[in-house]
Amino acid sequence: MIEAVRLQKHYGKTKAVDDLSFTVRPGRVTGFLGPNGAGKSTTMRMILGLDTPTGGDVKIDGKHYVELKQPLRKVGALLDAKWVHPNRSARSHLKWLAVSNKIPVSRVNEVLEVVGLTEVAHKNAGGFSLGMSQRLGIAGALLGDPEVLLFDEPVNGLDPEGILWIRQFMHRLASEGRTVFVSSHLLSEMAQTAQDLIVIGKGQLIAQTTTEQFIADATQDTVRVRSPHAAKLREILAAHATVTDDSASGSLVVQGITAQQIGELAAESQVVLHELSPQRGSLEEAFMQLTKESVEYHAH
Amino acid sequence: MTLLAVERIKLFSTRSPYWCSALALVLGVGLTAIIAASTDNGQLSLGATQFGSSQLALSVVLVMAALAVTTEYRFSTIRATFLAVPNRTSALVAKTVVVAFIAALLGEIIAFGSVGIAKVLSPASDLAITTSDEWRHVAGVGLLYGIGAIIAIAVGILVRQTAGAVAILLVWNMLLEGLIGIIPKAGVKIQAWLPFMNANHFLQLGGGDPAESPGAGVDFKFSQWGSLAYFAAIAVAMLVVALIVAKRRDA
Repeated sequence: MIEAVRLQKHYGKTKAVDDLSFTVRPGRVTGFLGPNGAGKSTTMRMILGLDTPTGGDVKIDGKHYVELKQPLRKVGALLDAKWVHPNRSARSHLKWLAVSNKIPVSRVNEVLEVVGLTEVAHKNAGGFSLGMSQRLGIAGALLGDPEVLLFDEPVNGLDPEGILWIRQFMHRLASEGRTVFVSSHLLSEMAQTAQDLIVIGKGQLIAQTTTEQFIADATQDTVRVRSPHAAKLREILAAHATVTDDSASGSLVVQGITAQQIGELAAESQVVLHELSPQRGSLEEAFMQLTKESVEYHAH
Repeated sequence: MTLLAVERIKLFSTRSPYWCSALALVLGVGLTAIIAASTDNGQLSLGATQFGSSQLALSVVLVMAALAVTTEYRFSTIRATFLAVPNRTSALVAKTVVVAFIAALLGEIIAFGSVGIAKVLSPASDLAITTSDEWRHVAGVGLLYGIGAIIAIAVGILVRQTAGAVAILLVWNMLLEGLIGIIPKAGVKIQAWLPFMNANHFLQLGGGDPAESPGAGVDFKFSQWGSLAYFAAIAVAMLVVALIVAKRRDA
């Protein structure tokens, strides 16, 4: 379990992380969602004791990371797959990590096998593709068979096969009862990976909920209606739902009642309909809607 | 002990320490070979065998030691290190011990290798190491390298960039301390307190022409072993500052 309490990180006047509190539970994949620059990586670095919080506290099973005796046996982390010396072989990289936490060196071959890098274990990590580097990073995270795992944007730059592999892998880790905390800026990715979500924007908590609940809350279904008697129809519908004009197409966008109900209401009043189409809000739109206020860099 | 093993694995699983060691060996011993070959047989002094080791090769060893730290920052493996060993002080001290030990060992190999090659090329010269001063002059090179490596690591931790750290170390060791002597009157007084000047003072052989040795005309405040202790104290002080900074700084 990871517990953050009123976590803060300020760089001068910039508040990278601002009063952030959340809990990550074991046995589930928890997504850490937010636009680029929301403070996800900074938060993860604070969890791992790399950066010192300006205020607040974050603990792993009641302990600060720096208090852990052999931290790799408790927490495995992949923050950046490129944190490897390019002229060091994959095996040597894992070997020094293992020795540092008194993990048997035989474990190195095991994790190489798990991530499928056995064949290239003797090759220098500098020549690895991004996908291979990610696998090596995951091997490093798994080395100590830890209860808690942190991954920062693990699918960035991966091909579909790699994405699927990582997704299934994280589910397996969680089903083994581990705490899995994974960040992403893509809701569509998290919707398929995470059971719980912690959503942040501009360093502040936007939501902590289950993924299902978040999507249900965030995506609102609407119905598009077109009619030659738009003004009359709007009057009728306004009593039951929220109606907005879509001036571009000359149609009405109705929110709050189903297409079936709209059709029945129109029939009662003998209004002709030219279009009656339910619209499903996309996840990305909903996410953008939610974090709109907290995106740091806009394109104009 | 665990951390020493970790740093040993890290150091020897990349190529740069091998290259730097080979380069230091070639430059140090090579310069002695050139001096020996161009000096009349029988005229070569023991002091002349250590020009290469105490000046040229030292610079390469300083670069090697600085690289051991700056490459960790360059490739962010320092973060991987701090994740594996959250006690940053012990991780960095372990690295310092390993690198300083290897530097010292290399220093001894270069110093005695230089004497060896001089004996081969100038067999008639008296190059026997008999007095304690002569032993200090040759065997002391290893101590100089070991302590120099500590300074280089401290600079590496503070600067975090290879180019910056290497520039600082080379300019400091090869140019700055010597150039300060140009300042009228005050120059030599300042030089008496400069670390690498004191390091060279430690190595100085009694006898011969004192005007030829580095630091000539400087009125050192310490005995020769005192100068070494002073050099070591500065190295340790710099390392302590670097460790405090590394502990407080975000990795």
